[in-house]
Amino acid sequence: MITHAAHEMASAMQAGEITSVELTQAHLDRISAVDSQVHAFLHVDTEGALSQAKSVDDARARGEKVGPLAGVPLALKDVMVQKGIPTTAGSKILEGWRPPYDATVVSKMKSAGIVILGKTNMDEFAMGSSTENSAYGPTHNPWDLTRIPGGSGGGSSASLAAFQAPLAIGTDTGGSIRQPAAVTGTVGVKPTYGGVSRYGLIAFSSSLDQAGPCARTVLDAALLHEVIAGHDIHDATSIDAPVPQVVQAARSGDVKGMKIGVVKELNGDGYQAGVRSRFEESLELLAKAGAEIVEVSCPNFEYALAAYYLIAPSECSSNLARFDAMRYGIRVGDEDGASAESVMNLTREVGFGREVKRRIILGTYALSSGYFDAYYGSAQKVRTLIMQDFNSAFGKADVLVSPTCPTTAFKIGEKANDPLAMYLNDIATIPVNMAGIGGMSLPCGLAPEDGLPVGFQVMAPAMQDQRMYSVGAALEASLLSQWGAPLLSQIPALAGAK
Amino acid sequence: MSTLSRSDVAHLARLARIDMTDPELDSLASELDVILEAVARVQEVATPDIVPTSHPLPLRNVTRPDVVVPSLSPEAALSGAPASEEQRFRVPQILGEEA
Repeated sequence: MITHAAHEMASAMQAGEITSVELTQAHLDRISAVDSQVHAFLHVDTEGALSQAKSVDDARARGEKVGPLAGVPLALKDVMVQKGIPTTAGSKILEGWRPPYDATVVSKMKSAGIVILGKTNMDEFAMGSSTENSAYGPTHNPWDLTRIPGGSGGGSSASLAAFQAPLAIGTDTGGSIRQPAAVTGTVGVKPTYGGVSRYGLIAFSSSLDQAGPCARTVLDAALLHEVIAGHDIHDATSIDAPVPQVVQAARSGDVKGMKIGVVKELNGDGYQAGVRSRFEESLELLAKAGAEIVEVSCPNFEYALAAYYLIAPSECSSNLARFDAMRYGIRVGDEDGASAESVMNLTREVGFGREVKRRIILGTYALSSGYFDAYYGSAQKVRTLIMQDFNSAFGKADVLVSPTCPTTAFKIGEKANDPLAMYLNDIATIPVNMAGIGGMSLPCGLAPEDGLPVGFQVMAPAMQDQRMYSVGAALEASLLSQWGAPLLSQIPALAGAK
Repeated sequence: MSTLSRSDVAHLARLARIDMTDPELDSLASELDVILEAVARVQEVATPDIVPTSHPLPLRNVTRPDVVVPSLSPEAALSGAPASEEQRFRVPQILGEEA
């Protein structure tokens, strides 16, 4: 049962074939069996998960109406706070912290009866593309344990691919949901900015951060999307409008007459051969399904990466000022006579990892007097140009598509000492965040040269998230009939698994 | 093009309240040089006529009725504090520091 889709698990529970307690226990057993190799989890809440599962079973037994995902287990990225459960955002500075409240996404999932198994590993404060920047050690890609599972949400994506959970929550600032999905052969969706509440999401770059669903099928992602989305008075940037009809779109998967724009600049040089061939084949399948494929140009996208690495560090240098050793987190050097400032300086030195410090310093520089206009100011102007590129492209196409990442999963350690090479992983995902629109990655096959998963990205205008699900579902259905079984059925078995 | 010296980085680290070690300052200075050169590309297209965008949404102030609603108890609010005393955060001294 653990290899099934979440909606199949939900149907089995509805039909009385399995209970949520049994299903949750099966996933906890799987985590015990394989997580020593994968390291997807930073914390497993065995008792809490089983007790949530029992409440769902009891409610069902009483004949109460429960939600479509009630009783299905989920893995929660450790950047999202859950009351009483250790939450670190992958950082030493928050080691041992137990939040006193639930994030809105968490309370919505609890109300929907979703069972939270535990917290997943991530790059520290979501800064990274490989999960190697976690203070608690890297996560391993279940397709090849010597490779990265993507980042920052590598724990969430790996937990799906390793069948430790059928659903997960990720957050995406520059690709942290979509890139891990791409390199693990799973589905990840970054909703429209403001579509899902950020309340209780530990902030990295507030104008870019967005939480979203991770799953093994497009329909499962849509079902989770509908649970977590919607207006929230606790988030001033939350959009007060109806949630797009994503489940309906995922169920129909209709792309007849839809115009699909291929972004010329997000393909070609620098993209691995197998990534390009799988992408091109997917375009053919979408054309066969009735879509019209057109080419669009977004000439300013080539500046998106540079602008991102000014905007995100600038916002993070401000957001991470809250880790001051005074109200929560660790405190270092608090000896007799030590000043608040020296305690703060020492705590931040010990508590933050290398990449986080690098970005704080870069952001501090970009925002400093004398350099502000040249760096942060110019980056904000590039943001305008990128939004204009999207507007003009969406005048010619209903959705835009590209490979999610230029390459398949690289080896752990391969890019650890080259920050710029690491940043290039996000070249195709970053424009979406800059414009605040929606983006999805779904698996479109294995690259012939290395046998590793390739991701297909779909981008839709703000609050038109349902369009990504229509395209995603159509492509998924075409690929499935070609393959005969889901891509993940080809994943090598993990040693130690039953 | 060398833009950031080691002492520049030390100054930034002081502003950011991070007590960095000498080897860290050295490696950051050279890494930031490379990164800054790459991100400076934004200046190629950022002409004066372009209006900067700080946020994807048109931001407005959001308020709620000024009524008392349930909130965290003092115990819950202090539960993650490194140190607390009499329902307050206990912090190191902030006045009377040596210069």
